[in-house]
Amino acid sequence: MTSKQVIDARGTFCPGPLMELIAAIKLAAVGDEIEVLSTDEGSASDIPEWIHKVGHDLVSTASDAGVWHVVVRKAK
Amino acid sequence: MSSNKLSILVVSGSLERLQMAAMVASVGAVSGTQVQVLLSMNSLQYFVRANTQEPGAEGNFGRTMAGKKVPPFKQLLQQAMELGDAKIHPCSMAMDVLGTKAEDLEPFLARPLGLTRFLTDSVGGQLLTF
Repeated sequence: MTSKQVIDARGTFCPGPLMELIAAIKLAAVGDEIEVLSTDEGSASDIPEWIHKVGHDLVSTASDAGVWHVVVRKAK
Repeated sequence: MSSNKLSILVVSGSLERLQMAAMVASVGAVSGTQVQVLLSMNSLQYFVRANTQEPGAEGNFGRTMAGKKVPPFKQLLQQAMELGDAKIHPCSMAMDVLGTKAEDLEPFLARPLGLTRFLTDSVGGQLLTF
């Protein structure tokens, strides 16, 4: 059974949101989704880059009122 | 040594350089790169547990950054180890000069390393200096 969790990294600068995501991915099961909330523009582009590099799935990325919502699925 | 290795030599005690070194180490380590960091010269004092002094900024950016929610450099280095493939070594020469023992240093640091071994391990990879 998969689950979804939200990481609120708003206000944290690079690479804080990415490191918080990675810590959560380590503990997650394959198939779990993690949504990162970030106000850091650099992280909004850096997180998808990292996901692509290490082979997880980018489910969606969207900005709403200055907050980036990046949803990742653990693939392995 | 494959090109997927990154060696980082940290000699500065400025906040900006410590921060950038830690950022590169942590992001590299969690992205599949084998990272080794050698803390020497002015950087090592900030990894002595009894030293409560924070590194000073060398410019406006460092002063501005100090008031923001930027992940602390020590936390990033620790995460580089815990979440990725990184080893953070104190320089044995710097320890001798400071009169510091391994037990005086932050417990997350790996064993002291000499320059010869560091350079040997750096062969074939990238080497950055901060």
